[in-house]
Amino acid sequence: MTISGTIAIAGAYEHPSRFSPDKTEFQIMAECAKGALDEAGLTIGDVDGLFGASMTMGMMGIVDLAEYLNLKPTYLDGTNIGGSSFVAHVSHAAAAISAGMCEIALILYGSTASSNAVAIGTGGRGGTNPSESFVTPYGMTTVGSYALYANRHMATYGTTSEQLAEIAVAMRYHASLNPHAKMRQPITVDDVLSSRVISTPLHLLDCCIISDGGGAVVVTSLERARDLATEPVVLLGSGEAATHQEIGSPDLLTIAAKQSGERAFAMAGVTHDDIDLAMIYDSFTITVLATLENLGFCKPGEGGDFVTDGRIQLGGSLPINPDGGGLSSNHPGMRGIFLVIEAVKQLRGEGGARQVDGAELACVHGTGGTIGDKHSGATLILGVGQ
Amino acid sequence: MSEIEHPLPHASWETRGYWEGAGRGEIVLQRCPDCDLVQHKPRGVCATCLGSHLEHFVASGRGTVYTYTITNQNQAKGFADACPYVMAYVELDEGPRLLTNIVGCDPDAVEIGMAVVADFATQERDDGELFAVPRFTPA
Repeated sequence: MTISGTIAIAGAYEHPSRFSPDKTEFQIMAECAKGALDEAGLTIGDVDGLFGASMTMGMMGIVDLAEYLNLKPTYLDGTNIGGSSFVAHVSHAAAAISAGMCEIALILYGSTASSNAVAIGTGGRGGTNPSESFVTPYGMTTVGSYALYANRHMATYGTTSEQLAEIAVAMRYHASLNPHAKMRQPITVDDVLSSRVISTPLHLLDCCIISDGGGAVVVTSLERARDLATEPVVLLGSGEAATHQEIGSPDLLTIAAKQSGERAFAMAGVTHDDIDLAMIYDSFTITVLATLENLGFCKPGEGGDFVTDGRIQLGGSLPINPDGGGLSSNHPGMRGIFLVIEAVKQLRGEGGARQVDGAELACVHGTGGTIGDKHSGATLILGVGQ
Repeated sequence: MSEIEHPLPHASWETRGYWEGAGRGEIVLQRCPDCDLVQHKPRGVCATCLGSHLEHFVASGRGTVYTYTITNQNQAKGFADACPYVMAYVELDEGPRLLTNIVGCDPDAVEIGMAVVADFATQERDDGELFAVPRFTPA
């Protein structure tokens, strides 16, 4: 039994604001829910599956969200595996819908990280529990974890800061075409290299921005989606993975995307050459390079060459993050839902000035946590014209 | 720039062997006699076979830098005034990798593959107890 080709995304909405000091997380989620349900021709009363995560929703958080929305869902899923959570929610929703546990699944995210001045990248990491006590004493930061990965990649393969900077430049170019993006002024490789170093080898402009924001995605059966107001975007493949640095000296450079990507491509029965665009979690420039290699778009060590010469920019052979990504458009702490939303918009041909010509097949990959330490990965293959 | 003030580690019964070893100036690891796995972080079961006959042993304290980063910005207490400092994974001669700091040298002198040896920072806790955090210095 496979869910491939039987489940569709019928609604997708990204909150247009990047700074919302007058709103709460749940309020942002509710506004996004309305946006996604409206475009599908559904109402909140149709929702029977509720999925959601945020940086502050704790135990019972998904029940708190159901209360806020006055919902009595038949299926609840508050899975929180970091920024990739919402990508995983799509396949969890698909499984639940296939099993008849719910029919209209609503996935929600909201955050006021920017207006709350949360130091996501450079606040200290780790807590006081006994397991985290092997991390906390050493000054781990989110940037630092990715920097550990980047230095190892550079030493192993000769990857350069100039190559990483190409990723930031491409994302900023895409953001310049997105009226809602937070940072729209084009930048050059030199701008990235001359920005201050946060944690070697990563510069300020190798790091994602911090914004407020949120999004919503509506998932249902393809059969039901055909009766709704939007063109169905069909789930063709999915995969999940968790990776860590604990036992047996694993290769740091092999990240969760390898396992989740292999499963997603195998389920979809498509090849990398078939993919028209990729939505890749870009918390940092190195995240994109690591993910491309581990998903198999290029061989290990070839990521540096792969991202140069405009290949990942609009008009290139594999445009990545046409919305401008987390590096330039929107990163309120957990970006995964925007990967799904932009893929849906692109596959429907609603990308406007940043539309990828003839986009019919998209690869979406979310990373949660930090690739220099424990992290999750979730991959989707989405398509239209099925 | 000042020295890192390492936040206090908290031990459970699973991890206290490690922290007590640090207090004696030793890196203490776990070995599973059933499957020979050497593991870190310490836990109550073997991470390969889930056996519960784990033994503690004193490691050499020697290893090499697997990767590192010079951190210029960390707002957390104990680190904000210590930037730039070096955070690293050290691969011990016995196999496991530890997250740690490299101290006792110019941050720019650190490189991947460099031989290092454990060096313990003993600090006094608010209640007067002493605790030790393993870091590494060039061998």
